[in-house]
Amino acid sequence: MKGFSAVFKREFKSYFTTPLAYVFLVVFLFFSGYLTFKQGFFEMRQADMRVFFMNLPILFVFMVPATAMRLWAEERKSGSIELLFTLPITVFEAVLGKFLAAWVFLGVALVLTFPMVVIVCILGEPDVGLIFTGYIGSFLMAGGFLAIGCFFSAASKNQVISFVLSVVACAVLVFAGMPTTLSYLSTFLPSGFVNAVETMSLQAHFESILRGVLEFKDLSYFVILIAGWIAASSIILEERKAG
Amino acid sequence: MIKIEELRRSFGPVVAVDGVSFEVERGQVLGFLGPNGAGKSTVMRILACFLRPDSGTASVCGHDILQEAVKVREKIGYLAENVPAYNEMTVGSFLDFVCDSRQIFGKARKIALDRIVPMCSVESVYHQTIETLSKGYKRRVGLAQALIHDPEVLILDEPTDGLDPNQKHEVRGLINKMAKEKCIIVSTHILEEVEAVCTRTIIISRGRILVDSTPEKLKEEHGCSLDEVFRKITRTKVA
Repeated sequence: MKGFSAVFKREFKSYFTTPLAYVFLVVFLFFSGYLTFKQGFFEMRQADMRVFFMNLPILFVFMVPATAMRLWAEERKSGSIELLFTLPITVFEAVLGKFLAAWVFLGVALVLTFPMVVIVCILGEPDVGLIFTGYIGSFLMAGGFLAIGCFFSAASKNQVISFVLSVVACAVLVFAGMPTTLSYLSTFLPSGFVNAVETMSLQAHFESILRGVLEFKDLSYFVILIAGWIAASSIILEERKAG
Repeated sequence: MIKIEELRRSFGPVVAVDGVSFEVERGQVLGFLGPNGAGKSTVMRILACFLRPDSGTASVCGHDILQEAVKVREKIGYLAENVPAYNEMTVGSFLDFVCDSRQIFGKARKIALDRIVPMCSVESVYHQTIETLSKGYKRRVGLAQALIHDPEVLILDEPTDGLDPNQKHEVRGLINKMAKEKCIIVSTHILEEVEAVCTRTIIISRGRILVDSTPEKLKEEHGCSLDEVFRKITRTKVA
């Protein structure tokens, strides 16, 4: 894991040496706040952050692939991948380094939503545990989307293609678990199959964490999601790095 | 120190390298010549463990390129043809990144940087971002990156391309200075460069080795300049 820290450090710094980080943070913070207040944060008269967290999947479907698309596509297009993989760094170390740097960056974006927490605490007495698990769930969801985006970024040299493909993949994971989708599916699919779709969708696991319970099945869902896509990224990069 | 056996690699229907074998020892500077698309860069990329050969094998300092890729990369300094670098980084932070990934820390890093920065004359652009540099300076930064860990084996793909005559002269001087204790492979299209730095020449075309000799012998055998020798060999033998 020697190469890992070098890649992680470089990658994380690179977010802040380009305008990327600032544009992302401003847009993300604006919309996460805007959607929350627009959907009746005050009208609900409840001191919790449920509205805030419920909007995050939709926001992340677009924002996370935007962060992930450059991870490998840019590296391959500019040719710097030839430098990276002729340094004593393995493909897996590099994939992990880049992924974690981006994940920590998204973590920073989530931490910067702290004014929401402060407002809720001023207005009432919220269940702090619930807010905490909400953040854990959001962070895990960001990691899952990021791993998917990382894969599509490794698969295509073109950033736009990798962005579009990962938005679609992430949207499928979210929308498959929406009640409307499930009720539509149940009109022509056997119930076992509909249940399977629900279990595989991200929405069900995210909502279950939002309820304040960190269950093994939800955590393992995210761990498998992330590990699987990361492993797939390593394999596809090993094959295609020079192409 | 470098041993290549029956290396083959194709890209789709195009055979880039077709059964190349040779050995290079310490103290040798091998000039790797050939027309465009001859397979020079592919052989170098395989040696630097960036590409995998379809068949055949190679070893660098006793380490197999397929089994011990990371060890091979530790031993090699590699300058790729188009000098890949992270354009948004400054020269200083880029070299720091290379030191990080090559595990050069603390005092060793300071010594390495103090040696390499004046050697490749990049002091004046040390705090500039790489995207703002001219082609010549970019190549010097690439050279600094390749030499920073004082590697035993150097693989330089057209190291003087884009440099002005003074810089070319400097780089050749640099190669000559390091020649004794290292094993160096240089690919180039500039034949006077071969005469200036190389102790041995391999001419390759369409993925096959046509000639393995020294520049002096080649000139003697054919009784003309290296330029003409190159034209004679690559035109007649391939056609």
